[in-house]
Amino acid sequence: MTANTPAYESSVRRSVARWNHDAHNLLQVLREVQEDCGHVPPRALAMIARVLRLSYARVSGVASFYSFLATEPCGEYRILFSDNVTDRMQGSAALMDALCHRLWAEPGKVSEDGLVSVATTSCTGMCDQGPALLVNGRAIASLTAERVRRIGDLVLARTPLADWPAEFFQVQDNVRRADLLLGSEFVAGDAIRAALQRGTRGWSERAANERSWREAYVGAALGPVATLEEIKRSNLRGRGGAGFTTGIKWEACRHATGMSRYVVCNADEGEPGTFKDRVLLARHADLLFDGMTVAAYAVGAGQGFVYLRGEYRYLLESLEATLERRRREQLLGNGICGEAGFDFDIRIHVGAGSYVCGEESALIESLEGKRGVPRNRPPYPVTHGYRQQPTIVNNVETLCAAALVAIHGGDWYRGIGTLKSSGTKILAVSGDVARPGIYEYPFGVPVRQVLEDCGAAGTQAVQISGPSGFCIDPREFDRRIAFEDLPTAGAFTVFDATRDMFQVARNYAHFFAHESCGFCTPCRVGTSMLVAAMDKIDAGYGTQHDLEEMNRLNKVLLMSAHCGLGHTACNPILDTLQRFRPAYERKLRSLDFAPAFDLDESLARARQMTGRDDAGAHLENLP
Amino acid sequence: MTGPDTFLLDGEEVPFQPGQSVLQAALAAGRYIPHLCYHPEFTSHGSCKVCTCKVNGRTVASCTTPAEGAIEVESETDELNELRRTLVQMLFAEGNHFCPSCERSGNCGLQALGYDLGVMTAGFRHLFPERPVDASHPELWLDFNRCILCELCVRASRDVDGKNVFSLGGRGLGKHLIVNAESGRLADTDAAVDDKAMSVCPVGVILRKREGFAVPIGRRRYDLSPVSAQALQDAPRVPEKR
Repeated sequence: MTANTPAYESSVRRSVARWNHDAHNLLQVLREVQEDCGHVPPRALAMIARVLRLSYARVSGVASFYSFLATEPCGEYRILFSDNVTDRMQGSAALMDALCHRLWAEPGKVSEDGLVSVATTSCTGMCDQGPALLVNGRAIASLTAERVRRIGDLVLARTPLADWPAEFFQVQDNVRRADLLLGSEFVAGDAIRAALQRGTRGWSERAANERSWREAYVGAALGPVATLEEIKRSNLRGRGGAGFTTGIKWEACRHATGMSRYVVCNADEGEPGTFKDRVLLARHADLLFDGMTVAAYAVGAGQGFVYLRGEYRYLLESLEATLERRRREQLLGNGICGEAGFDFDIRIHVGAGSYVCGEESALIESLEGKRGVPRNRPPYPVTHGYRQQPTIVNNVETLCAAALVAIHGGDWYRGIGTLKSSGTKILAVSGDVARPGIYEYPFGVPVRQVLEDCGAAGTQAVQISGPSGFCIDPREFDRRIAFEDLPTAGAFTVFDATRDMFQVARNYAHFFAHESCGFCTPCRVGTSMLVAAMDKIDAGYGTQHDLEEMNRLNKVLLMSAHCGLGHTACNPILDTLQRFRPAYERKLRSLDFAPAFDLDESLARARQMTGRDDAGAHLENLP
Repeated sequence: MTGPDTFLLDGEEVPFQPGQSVLQAALAAGRYIPHLCYHPEFTSHGSCKVCTCKVNGRTVASCTTPAEGAIEVESETDELNELRRTLVQMLFAEGNHFCPSCERSGNCGLQALGYDLGVMTAGFRHLFPERPVDASHPELWLDFNRCILCELCVRASRDVDGKNVFSLGGRGLGKHLIVNAESGRLADTDAAVDDKAMSVCPVGVILRKREGFAVPIGRRRYDLSPVSAQALQDAPRVPEKR
């Protein structure tokens, strides 16, 4: 496990072979070597560069982009506490202190004996069962003082992770309200078979560049278009937050010119407070894979990818097993369901700690083994996506819903929900509620009803769709979850009257600064300037000027940031400032002159060195 | 009125060729839009955002926005120039820029832009990052303190020199320029003093050794005329076909 032994060599060889010596899979190779060796030392980077025929700087540049990859040792046990505001509310800071104390570790540093490092990471998607942490990439939720004490013991005893109590690694699904998706009775392949049977007459439209539905089978050209029509008729819209109409996206991809087409499932659920895809992946993987296969059929794709966030690494084995079973059942591979020419397979890529990779073009860059920087658009992924080929990127929930549309038809789906928001939405409810977990509602459900169902009391605010969404107060609880009113990717984080909304916003500001990819000036610098202003206010040195400064930064980010991360980075601050202004103002100093630091305190070192503590050695005592 | 091959820039007609960006077309037509990471010889990538314009009411980076017939572009407005000043202030605050002692003072794109846009104050509390200098190479040295992450050297080394001497590491505020060597030292790369990459830095990161202050301050590039005039002189007048 040390850099000196050539342990990384066999790991690199194994991984590079598993990923076909293809430089596009660089991130997967780096991630696997990290998993095998605990970090990826520069020698391993050099070896990877050599065998993949990439420059060293390119490999090193990718490795340093993703927060889970380390090029220096980070301890035999690398412990990362989830640092979402919900973890904080559940007492994560005290637990982390306790663990550091027990392990004689300093937060963010490797212990001197190289045994352990303890640090924080962005929301790990366990908000309904926090506080949570990752140990060597494995998720442990439902932390208590007792559990943290036992973790400390296991680390000190150098117990291999495989021998840790299995219940530590149990993750609850907490499905509290199921509707048509979570409650669906579904047999693997149902959606694919329905799609194959649909529309054998009447449709003759074809993709612009195709000779058959996918250069293979003329007779089947009717089916894909019929399925596409059902998806369009359903008016299904993307569940990742932006709400783009799925049918239009699929159609654009189908009609785009390219050598091959790709279906990508975005399972990089990184928005703090969101964890519904985790449950879908754990319980409804077949529905998802059916949806992806239906999508492949509709657009004419031969290859699919699931981009699974690194925090959900623990789901990889079960997902791979499901894929393997589906290959045996002829639901993947060549000639799916006996349909000649219907060839499609799915490969899972695992992320390595980067929120911005949830943005579709950054996700594609990451799939291609690059730094997860959003691309310039146009062109959009539907025409120039993975390897510059037509690609659709859809959220997990969208693809699951598409599978249901394939089975039951577009009209059925459109009959549920509201005029502009058909179907259901899964909400991930956490925070100050009696029953945190997963709630599926038809679109149009009022916030108030969700609060009642989850047992929220004395609610002061709800953060809808995470920090990049909206913060609303009780006067707005009759607003509805729908694209017409409150669109959401799923997060529904509840704060009762005891919470300091300033601290909530400050936590989110830190999140955005940590996750900024750094490509564009306004986001790279602006998100850090926001953090500086919020920390200054928190430290008691804030002034009215800082509030104005944040307004100015908001304008800069909105006008010029490269992607949605920058555009929304100010939302939590502006929303809370508008609704909970006293939370800010009681922290402000209203002085004529407000330094950003304590003038007298800054003399403390000089006093110590000179051994003085008389009145003349203190600034405030000067005449 | 604009035709299919012209658009409006601040109310005046600008012709363009297919494949040109808004910024390229404007510069070719003798109309200046402030910019920093754009260079006529390299692919645009749109990271500094200084060239942000309003195109049909939407703010976009004009260097990566294709010119199209009949679009309306706003550039010389108070709002956009205020944005540009703020972006320049951010770049100054992010690095360690001490103009009076910098070899590139007077030849520096960032400094020149600051003067031309009328940046009068620091605007932000400076971050004073720690960025060690790399003086390992016999003929070149790298002062990362002044890096504005425009990636011109990355693009030049990759696209012109075919060497990939430079790349980017880290992310967010920790993003930084790296060189192609396991040691992290320029001396251990195949960088050569005549590489294109070594002459494109708009600020004072990539410098030749033993060549300090060859031209006295006061007679340097941007001492003679402002960046807005020089950019127009540098711009290809006959649009390049892509």
